[in-house]
Amino acid sequence: MNTILTVNNLTKKFGYLTAVKDLSFTIEKGNVYGILGPNGSGKSTTLGIILNVVNRTSGEFSWFDGTTSTHDALKKVGAIIERPNFYPYMTAIQNLSLVCKIKEVSNEKIQEKLELVGLWERRNSKFRTYSLGMKQRLAIASALLNDPEILILDEPTNGLDPQGIHQIREIIKRIATQGTTILLASHLLDEVEKVCSHVVILRKGEKLYSGPVDGMMASHGFFELRTTHMEKLKNLLEKHASFGKISQENGTLTAFLKEEMNAEALNKLLFEEGMVLSHLVKRKESLEEQFLTLTKNQ
Amino acid sequence: MVRLLQIEFIKLWNNRASKILITSYFVLLTSIALIAAIKFDIGPIKFHLAEIGIFNFPYIWHFNTFVTAFFKLFLAIVIVSMMANEYSNKTIKQNLIDGLSKKEFILSKFLTVISFALISTVFVFVVSLILGGIYSDYDEFSIIFSDLEFVMAFFVKLVGFFSFCLFLGILVKRSAFSLGFLVIWQIIEGITTGLIRWKLFNKETTEFVMGFFPLQSMYNLIKEPITRLEAVQTVADQVGEEIVLDYHVQWYEILIVLGWTAIFVYLSYALLKKRDL
Repeated sequence: MNTILTVNNLTKKFGYLTAVKDLSFTIEKGNVYGILGPNGSGKSTTLGIILNVVNRTSGEFSWFDGTTSTHDALKKVGAIIERPNFYPYMTAIQNLSLVCKIKEVSNEKIQEKLELVGLWERRNSKFRTYSLGMKQRLAIASALLNDPEILILDEPTNGLDPQGIHQIREIIKRIATQGTTILLASHLLDEVEKVCSHVVILRKGEKLYSGPVDGMMASHGFFELRTTHMEKLKNLLEKHASFGKISQENGTLTAFLKEEMNAEALNKLLFEEGMVLSHLVKRKESLEEQFLTLTKNQ
Repeated sequence: MVRLLQIEFIKLWNNRASKILITSYFVLLTSIALIAAIKFDIGPIKFHLAEIGIFNFPYIWHFNTFVTAFFKLFLAIVIVSMMANEYSNKTIKQNLIDGLSKKEFILSKFLTVISFALISTVFVFVVSLILGGIYSDYDEFSIIFSDLEFVMAFFVKLVGFFSFCLFLGILVKRSAFSLGFLVIWQIIEGITTGLIRWKLFNKETTEFVMGFFPLQSMYNLIKEPITRLEAVQTVADQVGEEIVLDYHVQWYEILIVLGWTAIFVYLSYALLKKRDL
């Protein structure tokens, strides 16, 4: 595995406030990472530090193998932070050719990237005439100009309408399938759940979890069941060793597993007990439920 | 280095306001030639400004660099806003994220300042050479190219002044307030002069002390040229007043301005480095 970014014991204090506290994680090539956390949990500060715009108080971070300077490494990175920042009086093309100059790449990719985000028709319009969604898409095009090793996105769908959110997500998915490593900071959990394979969870600047999305909780999922004899079903499951908490709501029984069991086995078991189910679904907790549990527990 | 200049050029030249200001600045530099056209011809009084010797070599170097230096305010606006706009558009953040180092950022601005000063200097040099060629009473090679110290002082003066503007742009982050600060600073230096003269020292010492202040030291580089004019001296002689002036550019004055330039550029860099964006 190639390491793209290593962060060690990073701390940032703004006066009395500790925005990031002793944070460590690594980013490996080829994965899609999500940085999760409520507002003010230090996501943007962390990204600001690794992107050279916020000074760290203590700790270390290194890009790639650690031999290149941060600003040279950033030429191989594509990043968008919060709002898209461009020169309002310049057109899309002029803004992008400026970025090409900074990143020291040739101008030939401009057309390709503008077409990717669907802005080629508006290439000669001034940036200030763009809608927020278009600005955000231009920012993505700009971040992709150098075919970056890693794409860093901070709240890319913030403030967009549903259509805009959908467009941005489609673009992100398309980029992810091309094998680009992505680091996505967001407080929108379903967004992260849809695209990310790994997560780093922050709360008040502290890391709660980092690793694959699936491994976030030692959970075996739960069943949603419905039948005509609910009471009988409930008694039966309460006696069964594989089940833990059982709750009933709106005529549906939710039974949490303590150990692995597939739906087929449960169906067979109940049928043998003389019970026929009208509804049987096995589910994993959503990222949102897991996230809320994690942030509540600690 | 060329890359940094190109970056700055794209930012400036695509901005209509900067483009207009830069163009009008150079048009104004050329317009000094229009002084030659000032002619009064009222009956017995014939007065032709070009013929009282202001375009004589080497005096023209002194006169033109002194007068054109006032136009530098046009470029000051451009420089202050090119710095402050980076903050208000937050593009400075994006530039750094895109892979420009803080050092490169300041360097690209400073190189632009040097280019502005250099182009202005060459411009003034050429305009003066042509004007002098037409109107000067002397045209010996050695006379034409004497006193070129004023051209060099002009360059140093512009670099120093523009570096000050650059620093103000970074410090204040808003173009209008930065320009206001520049005006206030001028007033502060004026008041300081008054206070020192009033309470502390005599005229000579006050002038010496004030020579170390940024704006005053830049002004001192090229002294006012009017009293040096032969016509004026003749008049002074007639009223029994003798004007003794050392109008030359002094090496220590150059040094002070270069010192301020270094301080301003370094402070800009230190400020940028320390700030969280």
